[in-house]
Amino acid sequence: MTIETKDFTASELLCVMSARALEDGQVVFAGVGIPLLAATLAQRLHAPGVTILFEGGTIGPHVVPGQLPPTTNEQRCTRKANMLVSITEVLLLLQRGYVDVGFMGGAQIDQYGNLNSSFIGSADDPSVRLPGTGGGNDISSLTRMIVAMPQEKRRFVENVDFITSPGYIRGGTSRRDSGLIAGGMYRVVTDLAILGFDDDTGRMRVEALHPGVTPEQAQENTGFELIIDSSIPTTEPPTAEELAALRHLDPDKVYTA
Amino acid sequence: MWARGESRLAVMEKDVTQEYLSLREQTQSRDRSLRDKVMTLEEACDLVADGEHVSLGGSTASRTPFAMVWALIRARKKNLSFSRSIVSTEGDLIFASGIGNHILTSWFSQGIVWGVSRVMRHFTENKLARFEEWSHMSIGLRFRAGAMGVPFMPMRSMMGSDVAGQLDNLEEMTCPFTGEKILLVPALNPDVALIHVQRCDPYGNAQLDGLTFMDIDMAMAANRVILTTERIISNDQIRRRPDQTRIPFFTVDAVVEAPYGCAPHECFGVYEPLFSHMDYYAELTRKEPMEGVKTYLDEYYYAPKSWTEYLNLIGLEKLLDAARRGRSIYDD
Repeated sequence: MTIETKDFTASELLCVMSARALEDGQVVFAGVGIPLLAATLAQRLHAPGVTILFEGGTIGPHVVPGQLPPTTNEQRCTRKANMLVSITEVLLLLQRGYVDVGFMGGAQIDQYGNLNSSFIGSADDPSVRLPGTGGGNDISSLTRMIVAMPQEKRRFVENVDFITSPGYIRGGTSRRDSGLIAGGMYRVVTDLAILGFDDDTGRMRVEALHPGVTPEQAQENTGFELIIDSSIPTTEPPTAEELAALRHLDPDKVYTA
Repeated sequence: MWARGESRLAVMEKDVTQEYLSLREQTQSRDRSLRDKVMTLEEACDLVADGEHVSLGGSTASRTPFAMVWALIRARKKNLSFSRSIVSTEGDLIFASGIGNHILTSWFSQGIVWGVSRVMRHFTENKLARFEEWSHMSIGLRFRAGAMGVPFMPMRSMMGSDVAGQLDNLEEMTCPFTGEKILLVPALNPDVALIHVQRCDPYGNAQLDGLTFMDIDMAMAANRVILTTERIISNDQIRRRPDQTRIPFFTVDAVVEAPYGCAPHECFGVYEPLFSHMDYYAELTRKEPMEGVKTYLDEYYYAPKSWTEYLNLIGLEKLLDAARRGRSIYDD
């Protein structure tokens, strides 16, 4: 299901809610698609001091409205940037610890926040070979993560077929034990809810629901049991100002169709 | 899963991590003098032997060395293996033309807005070719190790993931200084690197504008470098701004002037991607991927007699539009 009203589409809702998850002054490593758009939206709304990093090697760009890049490697990603570096250098900023938030989309996620963008089915004999990790594995291995993706049962599975980008691996201390001693999944922003993770078990938990969404609906669209507390806050619906800014950035609906 | 020696595919398992003295010897034996290296696309293509490992500069739809890939495909090279930070449509064309069936990269499809490549899916899902997946940073550090003349680099990502789980040339170790767990990735020293630049002199001193991706490390790591360039400038021009030179001449073996050498992809500050041509390719390969890509190869790779004729087929209107958008970075 998607919460779509006459006022906004599901992907517009996802974009606005994702933008709100960023705070002014943060250094945000943004992937292509909704993250790129939402980070740019945040810059134009409540967080003008957000510094965006793109994996193509850009530090601090301001993407031009209506000229959204199809990947994070084009010259469109470099507009009004402070510095251009190599791919390796920009990724090493994650490892060095300069980044507050890694911000990515996802094809498939599980109860521990592991992301799969490599194989549907087994890696040996997949039903679909997906495009792969790109910078996803590095970003999720090395920093605190926010993921933006639509909440559907087929995308929210108990255990992903393949851990491309690690969340809390198998829960508990398994992430730390594997050698990933920094970072971890922080939030999953969907068109239904804001999801977080339990500190001890590493399992997904509902932090807030979007207007008009019930806890049951969030659960129905998830392929595993969510941790749902008895009282859950409701998010504010997208404002006219947020939607206008978003539509100004993506007039051709490249990422918000 | 893909343990060396038991892969179900007859893919070329070229060892790209060389012993230090053999790597040095190869470097020492190269003619490193300041000499004119300008040649044609076809002559440069002859410098690539069947079975070699070829690294491609640029990333996704940016500074893709398409003119050289075009020449390799037309020359019907065999058993090449490839590596690149992120692979776009050139990967489809490498598989479909049969010049190589092994590509090492972190991401493989034309670009996210065009969806998953049906051609890549056809080849990998039917086990006709191998897409060896590494994390983006690990590929960068492999080139860097290759550039540094060290056998590996330590890093902190990939551990605990299935990406690492299906690779066999990785090692975890305990850091002797801190006791922390760390991952070691082996050097990547390609036989040849193909890199497209905005300008270079006849000796191969190359100046790059915009994003450099992994190209500088790749040039230093490679045992041979073929540069294609938008324009050849004089050595005097290079010496006026030596701070802009990113690839030194003695790493370079060939210089080919290839205007619009990345078309239909982008060359920073010169032209943006030719989006409508990329839409055309995506549409052509969506329903019948193999038929579509064969049509494309026939039409754009095998039929034209020269790179200029290839550009003619793409069309002046599209090229001019891309050039106008490309220059906007300096004009706006």
